[in-house]
Amino acid sequence: MANHHAVIEKNIGLMIVLILVAVSFGGLAEIVPLFWQKATTEPISTLRPYSALEMAGRDVYIREGCHVCHTQMVRPLRAETERFGDYTVAGEDVWEHPFLWGSKRTGPDLDRVGLRPITEQWHREHLRDPRALVPESNMPAYPWLQHATVDWSTMARTLKVFQQQFGVPYSDQDIEAQMAKVGGEWADATEEDALVAYLLSLGQARREQRP
Amino acid sequence: MRDGSGTPYHYRVVRQFTVATVVWGVVGMLVGVWIAAQLAWPALNFNLPWLSFGRLRPLHTNAVIFAFGGCALIGTSLYVVQRTCETRLAFPRLAAFVFWGYQAVIVLAAISLPLGFTSAKEYAELEWPIDLLLAVVWVAYAVVFFATIARRRTSHIYVANWFYGAFIITIALLHIVNSAAIPVSLTKSYSAYGGAIDAMVQWWYGHNAVGFFLTAGFLGMMYYYVPVQAQRPIYSYRLSIVHFWALIAVYMWAGPHHLHYSSLPDWAQSVGMVFSIVLLAPSWGGMINGVMTLSGAWHKLRTDPIIRFLIVALSFYGMSTFEGPMMSIKTVNALSHNTDWTIGHVHSGALGWVAMITFGAVYVMTPRLFDRRRMFSVGWINVHFWLSTIGTVLYIAAMWVSGIMQGLMWRAVNDDGTLTYNFIQELSERQPFYVVRLLGGVLFLAGTVLMAVNVWRTVRGDRDDNGDLNVLREAA
Repeated sequence: MANHHAVIEKNIGLMIVLILVAVSFGGLAEIVPLFWQKATTEPISTLRPYSALEMAGRDVYIREGCHVCHTQMVRPLRAETERFGDYTVAGEDVWEHPFLWGSKRTGPDLDRVGLRPITEQWHREHLRDPRALVPESNMPAYPWLQHATVDWSTMARTLKVFQQQFGVPYSDQDIEAQMAKVGGEWADATEEDALVAYLLSLGQARREQRP
Repeated sequence: MRDGSGTPYHYRVVRQFTVATVVWGVVGMLVGVWIAAQLAWPALNFNLPWLSFGRLRPLHTNAVIFAFGGCALIGTSLYVVQRTCETRLAFPRLAAFVFWGYQAVIVLAAISLPLGFTSAKEYAELEWPIDLLLAVVWVAYAVVFFATIARRRTSHIYVANWFYGAFIITIALLHIVNSAAIPVSLTKSYSAYGGAIDAMVQWWYGHNAVGFFLTAGFLGMMYYYVPVQAQRPIYSYRLSIVHFWALIAVYMWAGPHHLHYSSLPDWAQSVGMVFSIVLLAPSWGGMINGVMTLSGAWHKLRTDPIIRFLIVALSFYGMSTFEGPMMSIKTVNALSHNTDWTIGHVHSGALGWVAMITFGAVYVMTPRLFDRRRMFSVGWINVHFWLSTIGTVLYIAAMWVSGIMQGLMWRAVNDDGTLTYNFIQELSERQPFYVVRLLGGVLFLAGTVLMAVNVWRTVRGDRDDNGDLNVLREAA
């Protein structure tokens, strides 16, 4: 056996090729089939695309790294559904570029936060000063969001990308309507407005399905 | 800096990467200590965007993995490939580009991550222009490395280079596939993949950043520096062949264990779990081959703190590669996932294995690179060893306890089926463990700073701590 391996040990080109072969199977087997599996490619019927304001809020969520401490993935375990709500199915996330499931729950899961009996005002006060509402919390405060207005400069392009590249069913009229609001009632929206709109949108696709 | 006179090898770029390793090690661990303190005392976020935990945590992970670990891997690989191929580095000017290009990527990361430019994908947060630069630098690195092997004067390619080679090739593949994104501006892009597919691609990448960056690469390091410092041949040639091919083939399947009980289809989770458990065997193959290299020379553990670093690193490697497969079992993962246990597991690998094997390599290599008799102070190396070891143990023990507590409190139910604890009750129990973790991190950082001073005084050519001249040949 060792003798045969010496052939590889003396030929760097052959070694490179064999390494490429060895490392290629895992990804081919685990990733490629997902592109053709209904569970991972078909949205659930109640899913609706983000409004421009929610999309801007999602960008803020990403920028501030909320996903670093909050998951958006309720696992099908009794204690989790009891605590957070219905478990997450892949069809809720097919338009999520990137996915924001997270990997750490320093704070609670947020996948169903829009369904909780929490007001918009609570979210605002909580973002500005978490410990004013939850004294034990170790979440950073985000007071700057209420003063920063949303940067809308890339929103038209973003919606087009989601429509054309990612197959999110925005019609051209939808995008026009969204951009009209961006130029109108949302022109001076703050990043806090956007983030709260995004948070309140989370889980809404499953509202109808709740008993 | 003088280059290569008195040695047939091209050391300039290796020296640069070695110094960069030490500098970025201090920086990355300092950020880690800072964000650990933020979790204990959130006031340390100072209500400033660029100091908030969500932006600094990716800075910490990128700095320690890719700046500290990356410079260590590139630097040692360019040293090892010359020594074991008995030839000078190919394309020294391209190698200089690799150094400065890689430093540019690090500096851009250090600026862009606190500003909030992120792709949101863990360990792949950098935005697309930096990703492109990194891809170019990485290809240049691959050219230098493999061209040097092609010019070797030995007939066989030494085992360390197999591991370094697999690391270089696979990281290129992972980086390019996972970073595919559609830009909407210079600083903002959206992943090309959506939902569960994006998650699968991400953790195929993420787990193999662990498997190839933090494991295969550092095993390459181990396969050179352990036998060199122990002055013993590698324990088993046959074992190195078997565990090399098994390790690189099996690792690539293990990613889905990061997505247990998620909405990723069950079949993928199960496949990931099976391969993760199998992974124990090739991982321990590497550990056994490294540790047993010391057979017949165990007494060196008593006298040589550098050997101690290398062997304790292998012990932590064995421990965390046992813990990993256990955590990838779905029933265990149901408890451990999303908790501090994962953070503890990562750090038993990152502090115990990656950082410690790097410290050992830096201590072996620095006197040779700069023509010194030895490190400025061997006593300091010993102090560094104990700071690192105690720091790591405090860190991981605190996170084990905290993590298991979280998992148990989250799932606890009363007789009537209601949850026993609300989330905030659990959170408020974590404080003491976060403080102990911080203490562990501070000790570990203190050791790294001590190493930095030791390296500095060695490079400067000071008389050593016995008062003897420490310069072999006068550096011009």
